[in-house]
Amino acid sequence: MREWIDLLMVLVAVTNLAILGVSRLRTCIRLSAIQGAMLGCLPLMVAPLESWTPLLLALVTIALKGWVLPALLERSLVEANVQREVQPFVGYNASILIGVIAIAASFWFNTRLPLPFDPPGTLMIPTAFFGVLVGLFILVSRKIALNQVIGYLVLENGIYTFGLVLMPHQTLMVELGILLDLFVGVFVMGIAIFQINREFDHIDADRMTGLRDWSDE
Amino acid sequence: MIIGLILIPVLAGVACLFLGNSRQLRVILIAVALLHLILTILCWIFPPAGLWQGWLALDEAGKLFLTIVSVLFVGSSFYLLEYFQREAGSPHESESVFVACLLFFLATMTLVTVSQHFSLLWVAIEATTLASAPLIYFHRNPQSLEATWKYLLICSVGIALALLGTFLMAAAATASPTPVELSIAGLTTNAQRLQPAWLKAAFLFLLVGYGTKMGLAPLHSWLPDAHSEAPSAVSALLSGALLNCAFLGIFRTLQVCSAAGIGEFARQVLIAFGLISMAFAAIFLLRQADYKRMLAYSSVEHMGILTLGIGLGGLGSFAGLLHAVNHSLTKALLFLLAGNIIFAYRSKSTEAVSGMFHRIPATAVLWMAGFFAIIGFPPFGTFISELTILRAALQQGHGWIAAAYLGFLSLAMIGMAGVILKMLYGPAPAQGQIRESRLSLVTPIVFAALVLVLGLVIPNFLSQTLTTAAGLAGGAVR
Repeated sequence: MREWIDLLMVLVAVTNLAILGVSRLRTCIRLSAIQGAMLGCLPLMVAPLESWTPLLLALVTIALKGWVLPALLERSLVEANVQREVQPFVGYNASILIGVIAIAASFWFNTRLPLPFDPPGTLMIPTAFFGVLVGLFILVSRKIALNQVIGYLVLENGIYTFGLVLMPHQTLMVELGILLDLFVGVFVMGIAIFQINREFDHIDADRMTGLRDWSDE
Repeated sequence: MIIGLILIPVLAGVACLFLGNSRQLRVILIAVALLHLILTILCWIFPPAGLWQGWLALDEAGKLFLTIVSVLFVGSSFYLLEYFQREAGSPHESESVFVACLLFFLATMTLVTVSQHFSLLWVAIEATTLASAPLIYFHRNPQSLEATWKYLLICSVGIALALLGTFLMAAAATASPTPVELSIAGLTTNAQRLQPAWLKAAFLFLLVGYGTKMGLAPLHSWLPDAHSEAPSAVSALLSGALLNCAFLGIFRTLQVCSAAGIGEFARQVLIAFGLISMAFAAIFLLRQADYKRMLAYSSVEHMGILTLGIGLGGLGSFAGLLHAVNHSLTKALLFLLAGNIIFAYRSKSTEAVSGMFHRIPATAVLWMAGFFAIIGFPPFGTFISELTILRAALQQGHGWIAAAYLGFLSLAMIGMAGVILKMLYGPAPAQGQIRESRLSLVTPIVFAALVLVLGLVIPNFLSQTLTTAAGLAGGAVR
């Protein structure tokens, strides 16, 4: 099973890199959905199938990360009527390069902090850290609110992966990760229901500068 | 009793969602607030037993913060009665949703104070964000939407990092043969079995995560917007109660770190964060054009002071917790008065406000008292707590920390003095004096009196609780 987990982790890392390099928002959403669905399979591989819990967790995760959240995002994408982010703070090629550096950093981090127990898959911890780093990077380097939500999803998926490492040992960790999805749901609904695009005529978070210190006098 | 403290506001909140009658809503709000306060006072007299294998329990630190939340909530509720009347004409969120969210907010903050398990604590703090976001969006205009969006986005990133911190702590606790449970009691009693390297990482992530919520610089950027856009009573709750709840999260982490023997490391980081926050706030206080933002930055400064106090340990921890009480009362007082000023001048800009003594004399007097309290002037309680933190720094031989602390305090004082004096004096507006409603003054007067009393005498029961609570995080008074 270990090899399969590690293979899945490689695929998750690849989707992260792809999200970094893609400018079309719809593709980004699809990629995050694929990533979510892949991570949703993990509880089944990590925990022994003795109880119903892993199965239930897997189903809930796949439903939320693979279907509900991406569907909500796509809906607000249609409403907001944007196709791609034209000028992020950091260009797409540079973003991929930073992603590669982030992979290296994650592996280095992994060697510095050896786990006190045996993880279910050797690549899980580095992939988790990689997801966290990529998510944070997208959050600060993209301007469009939708893209920031995708960054948040990636960050969240990284944390979720970390929770899965602990799943055989500590109770409730994965459940907490799923609760975090609630937050993302609120975000997306924030865009969809409160119509950030309509109030501002755009969903460009960078132009949300009405509130600041020392306004022009 | 603990269940009652949480469930009553939740049930009342659900009931509010189905009520449209604003009279009923107000009665429910006040009744729940008073009931919550009574239950809280009962908790002081009859300490409640823990529930759910100790997941929910009220220790001394929790009791202290629960009391702050409860007192502030009662005060703000009474103020809101007046506020609803004033806002009746202008466009805003439906009152039933607002009151319901307010009650949910109370329930989630209560849950934070009674959580004795890191998972539950995280859930509770996440829930406070969800419950309070609609409160900031009360006015339904682009500015408040922007503030709400920033609040949600930045706090959610913080909360995500705090979850990672919780996971790291779980990793630190998962040593063979049996993993340690993530309850505070379990972690502190088995502290020597925790992996120090992972615990340090956990501390950093939890500090950054909850620190975002608490408004520690440089993670404070949501705070001035949210505090300035929210209705004043909500700002008072955000600043006086919510920030303390996030602080409690950091305090719990420090409790575990101290027990595990990495308290020294944790304290140094806390001191650094505290001083950085004070520095940031002092700089931004210097030229503030919006008095509610000014109060928000002052909150950043005071959160820095708390963190510094806890970081110093010993006497500093005691003073830090005392300062939490003082700051909450003072800041709530000031935010509520800011609401009165907005009502009288129809502007949040300091440019537009002058001659308060002529236009709104009662508010002006209280505003001045609040100003002296917030800058830590005797005889107010803040003076005692700030002075004690200084003493703690000097006692431990941290000369430069004491110097920096004093420097930032004076800088903040200068910044605020310029703005506040200008608002109080100066030419009065032509319309002359307006009538100030009693309801809008009752809460500020009570809070001002409480801060004053705390400056003159710290009641025995309070100082006992403070000492025990400070001792929880390895801050035994030496």
